[in-house]
Amino acid sequence: MKNQVQAIQQPNSKARFLNLATSGILIAGAAFVTTNSRAVNVQVDPAKSTVHVVFKQMNVPVQAQFKKFTASIDYNSAKPENSKAQVDIDAGSLNLPAPEYNAEVLKKEWFNAAQFPKASFTSTTMKSSGAGKLEVTGNLTIKGKTVVVSFPLNIKTEGKSTSFEGSLPIKRLTFNIGEGDWKDTDMIADEVVIKFKVVTNP
Amino acid sequence: MPQESIPRYPEKSILLHWLVAILIIGAFALGTYMTDLKFSPTKLKLYSWHKWIGVTLLALVALRLLVRLFSSAPPYPDSMKPWEKQLANLTHIALYGLMFAVPLSGYLYTYAAGFPVVYLGLIELPALVTPNPDMKDNFKELHEALTNGMLLLVLLHVAAALKHHFIDKDNILKRMLPRFSNKE
Repeated sequence: MKNQVQAIQQPNSKARFLNLATSGILIAGAAFVTTNSRAVNVQVDPAKSTVHVVFKQMNVPVQAQFKKFTASIDYNSAKPENSKAQVDIDAGSLNLPAPEYNAEVLKKEWFNAAQFPKASFTSTTMKSSGAGKLEVTGNLTIKGKTVVVSFPLNIKTEGKSTSFEGSLPIKRLTFNIGEGDWKDTDMIADEVVIKFKVVTNP
Repeated sequence: MPQESIPRYPEKSILLHWLVAILIIGAFALGTYMTDLKFSPTKLKLYSWHKWIGVTLLALVALRLLVRLFSSAPPYPDSMKPWEKQLANLTHIALYGLMFAVPLSGYLYTYAAGFPVVYLGLIELPALVTPNPDMKDNFKELHEALTNGMLLLVLLHVAAALKHHFIDKDNILKRMLPRFSNKE
């Protein structure tokens, strides 16, 4: 059953990345996936793989994107319980709709990216919860604080590509995201939804 | 002595004029102030207020236009020369155009930037454009240019009203003043 294949999706072609960037498509930086469901090369499609966060600012839904992350999904389609996932997000890569504030959220009261450059998720258990569905539990670490979280993961196969998609609501104040004046949840709601989609191609 | 009756705008037109005037000044002051603030909760709050005022203005100006189209404005005094009347008409038409164009360009700007407008924090308004960084910059420049145009026209409008009142001493300003201020 050890039939893993790694496809490392480092910026394999600068031109391609530039192309993507200029065409306005937000990029999922470097990501790699391992799988033991197939014995073929599988690689993350950076144009289709995304990690977003959605938060509400005075009830205005705002979507921002982490442009750099690595995802390692060890997906066992025969025995989903044996699957594993690890995601590392570059805390400094958050791109807001107002990019002039991107530097602000790196500061101490937000992500404190200097001290905590990575946010990560490591799965501990996966349970099948229906066709193409897994209930994933694991440790989520943001800004040095680790919390156990669970969320449903949807797995879809379209043609030769597979997508792993889910969303996970968290409370930003649990992780001290937004300190001082920014603690005011009337201004920015406590709940932040992390939405992710990792698409793999053979 | 019987008071000479001044041909005046209808009460609802007068009310709308001053309400819109106050909101335009408020939105302009907020817009000028908020953009220079450092990133803070206050800044974000003022942005929301600015947008709410803009949406309120759009609705009030639409109402104003209807009222204006379905009621007649009092005639200009005979002392005004034909070119003065024409210039006044043109200024009013341009002001109406800008009263729509300025908030509308701001609306498009915020949506192109990816920030929907949730009116009063309650109602999310429809997106007329999808988020787009290039469009965002264009709408931003448009919003600023239209605002500057409006500033010039409002100054002209105010200067003209004061000139009519204090130099020509005609009834142009009085016909837009609330009735209580016309009592002697």
